[in-house]
Amino acid sequence: MEESKESQKESGQAGNGQPSPESSKPRTPEQEARIPGNGGNGSSGTNVEGREEAQDNALVAETISRTVHSKDSSEIDRESSAETPPPLPPRPVNLESTDAQNTLHLSGKQARPKLQSHPTTAVSLTDISTQVNNEGIRETYPSTTGGLTSPLSVASQFNNRFGSPKSSETEDTASIKSYVPTLETGGDVESLLGEVLGNGQQDPAWRFMTAQGENQNAADELLPEDAAFEKDFQKEFKELEAINAEGTNEEAVLDAWTSRMKHFLILSAAGKPIYSRHGDDNITSGYIGIIQTIISFYQNADDTLKSFTAGDVKFVVLSKTSLYLVAISRLGESDGQLRAQLEALYMQILSTLTLPRLQTIFSNRPSSDLRRPLSGTEPLLSALADTFTRGSPPTLLSALECLRLRKSHRQVIDQTLLKTRTENLLYGLIVAGGRLVSVVRPKKHSLHPSDLQLIFNMLFETEGVKTAGGENWIPLCLPGFNNTGFLYMYVSFLSAKEDENEDESQRPSTSSSFNKEEEVAVLLISPKKESFYEMQQMRDDVVEQLQKNGSMDLIKAAVRRGRPHVTDVVPGTVLRHFLYKSKANVQFAMPSFEPHFKGLVARRKLLSIYHTLHANVHSKISHLKVHYCVSRDSISLAWTTPLFELYCVAGPSASRGALAQSANKVVQWARKEEERIFIIGGAVF
Amino acid sequence: MAARVPASARAGGARFAQFKLVLLGESAVGKSSLVLRFVKDQFDDYRESTIGAAFLTQTIALDENTTVKFEIWDTAGQERYKSLAPMYYRNANCAVVVYDISQAQSLDKAKAWVKELQRQANENIVIALAGNKLDLVTENPSKRAIQTEDAETYAKEAGLLFFETSAKTSENVRELFTEIAKKLPLDQAGPRNIRSGPRAGVDLRPEASGTQGAGACSC
Repeated sequence: MEESKESQKESGQAGNGQPSPESSKPRTPEQEARIPGNGGNGSSGTNVEGREEAQDNALVAETISRTVHSKDSSEIDRESSAETPPPLPPRPVNLESTDAQNTLHLSGKQARPKLQSHPTTAVSLTDISTQVNNEGIRETYPSTTGGLTSPLSVASQFNNRFGSPKSSETEDTASIKSYVPTLETGGDVESLLGEVLGNGQQDPAWRFMTAQGENQNAADELLPEDAAFEKDFQKEFKELEAINAEGTNEEAVLDAWTSRMKHFLILSAAGKPIYSRHGDDNITSGYIGIIQTIISFYQNADDTLKSFTAGDVKFVVLSKTSLYLVAISRLGESDGQLRAQLEALYMQILSTLTLPRLQTIFSNRPSSDLRRPLSGTEPLLSALADTFTRGSPPTLLSALECLRLRKSHRQVIDQTLLKTRTENLLYGLIVAGGRLVSVVRPKKHSLHPSDLQLIFNMLFETEGVKTAGGENWIPLCLPGFNNTGFLYMYVSFLSAKEDENEDESQRPSTSSSFNKEEEVAVLLISPKKESFYEMQQMRDDVVEQLQKNGSMDLIKAAVRRGRPHVTDVVPGTVLRHFLYKSKANVQFAMPSFEPHFKGLVARRKLLSIYHTLHANVHSKISHLKVHYCVSRDSISLAWTTPLFELYCVAGPSASRGALAQSANKVVQWARKEEERIFIIGGAVF
Repeated sequence: MAARVPASARAGGARFAQFKLVLLGESAVGKSSLVLRFVKDQFDDYRESTIGAAFLTQTIALDENTTVKFEIWDTAGQERYKSLAPMYYRNANCAVVVYDISQAQSLDKAKAWVKELQRQANENIVIALAGNKLDLVTENPSKRAIQTEDAETYAKEAGLLFFETSAKTSENVRELFTEIAKKLPLDQAGPRNIRSGPRAGVDLRPEASGTQGAGACSC
């Protein structure tokens, strides 16, 4: 049941090629209208259809100025120009011609821009000449020139196609372009385009060579330092100061607000602010008013606004149960990815209130202030938002990560859970090092990744649980399981317990200052709100048994070992990192971020590469199975089959052959280790 | 469980009693901070809201022969958790109702809790009223919104223990819990509260008196 749900969700949010309800919807008049004109229609500055949208950072400012004429859209225009600081550097007049010179492999496509099927996959086809057969990857790269896919060429090709009938669906190309700001310069338009367009554009050959030279210099530096991005990103999580009474610092605060790379706003359909990641009401209320106006404008036309782009900033809107959730990002995610993040925030709201309660609140009084019933939930929402801003493989892949354990060891733990299971238990989980160790669950119900994400977020990203280090009893709704009612979760972190034999301190209440991430936690979920003591008893039994049979030590050892380094997985590999998702198990495995991706910024850049790859292979219209991507800083590969998805990243100097070979090795490793890195089946009753 | 030494194993005249304590009060008045100060002797300037309820224990020695163990339910103050409150106070031997002396309406909320406890909870429940954030007022007396005398008068009328506390400076925190312990019926506690087994102090069965009424969801 869950699997089908999952695949539905995937096709819904990322579009793995299957027809989805959305794509079968007839085109809206707006969309039809904007196609030929690309300028006359007022709504064309925004994308109204729920497709994965074409986004082109360089392009959109131009697009907007070119296309937006009506009142409403010019509001967007004004707002965006207020928000996106510097004007774009001058663009070359004739992109087509430079493009033709610049990237040979695209020239073939220029001849048939009118074909519907080809333009969308064109970039991919030229870029990915890898062919998959049963043995793995066989490479044929007739068309790549020096392996350099320039963002420019993508951008300009994209530009060519923007007016074509499929322009609103070119998510694949859009995302290829979209990694440029994050990877190379972050949200900084000026430096991004200054480099790519400003210099290189004037002399493609010179640029080409420069890029090659840089490649060699940066051979060991997958992600070269980028001061601007780094500076901005470090500031991303700082709290904004409040505007003081005299308003003297208003401008500074507004600047700080607009310079945030990612915003999440939640408002009610009536326009009441509910949540904002950055800034208080003084700052956000104006923008919330504007956003509400824009959204309801389309709502009134019976045509839901899904996303639009302004400059290098992408706006994605999710409307659910009288709520508008808005993501504003310049980190280059695709629409589908941002929408998945908004879904998660919505799930958090449901988890606090349940769907019927939310509906009642707004049906009784549409102007209700949801902040009161939600109070105390802000830290959870912010923790989720920050996880997304930092970049989160579980969210990207909609999958769980498990602690690697020997099959026999996991079986012992499973058996222990089954043996100690009490009557009112629904789900029992053991979590260690932020990863799942074992699950005990009823046969009919599997654990939904989005639910687990909410739980993990609550436990590991906020301080609300484990206040003073005790046990917790938490009513929560797990929307993936059932969005209409509450379950009750018993939480106990165990580390404090391990060496305590003194009876008075048996409860894990006295020790402090240990890293949550490295703790072992027992989570026991029950539908009965009175079953705390029953769950507590089960926890005691589980822990006692696990200690007796040695499993606790094995778990702790596995946590201490951490994730393997990528070279432990594939000795001598060129890979720097990979994500392997087993589709059947809805789980993924990855190596340690060390040594190549230390720190916040490096990880964000890596995740941006993954986001790009993911968006490309999940594009609704491209049906890509293998996607090979070369940039100045890295080469990367996405490979999907019905069984798995693999994303891997290597340094810029690595060869395609070595990358493909390593990818194969990773797949072999994952198959061999399947029962260690994944929980297969789990303890089912 | 096996590791736990039963109460009877303790030496001669020593008494060991275990009591269930529940903290109630509006959100952000400092319930968790009081507990953290009492249990761990720590204080965080910034605490996130408690989610659900936290269960902690702390043992104090009243005198050399008497040890009292508190099983503490630190509840979340938000309205939406209110329907769970009866589960926490149902068998509580004692309760600490907390308000913030710099927030006038928090005392009203506290009074409502006291009323509910007196109606719904254990007949013999020992209730203490704690006006928290005393440190704020010591720094800046104009921040006080509730006069000590007013709260004290009310506490007397309602038959409550009363303290103004500061979790930050730990002023009166220990005293608060010690006074509660002293007021608890150690001698008459009998086997019900004397620890004879791991679960003896905890009774899940609903009380005979109606626990549903006002405790139900107020939404």
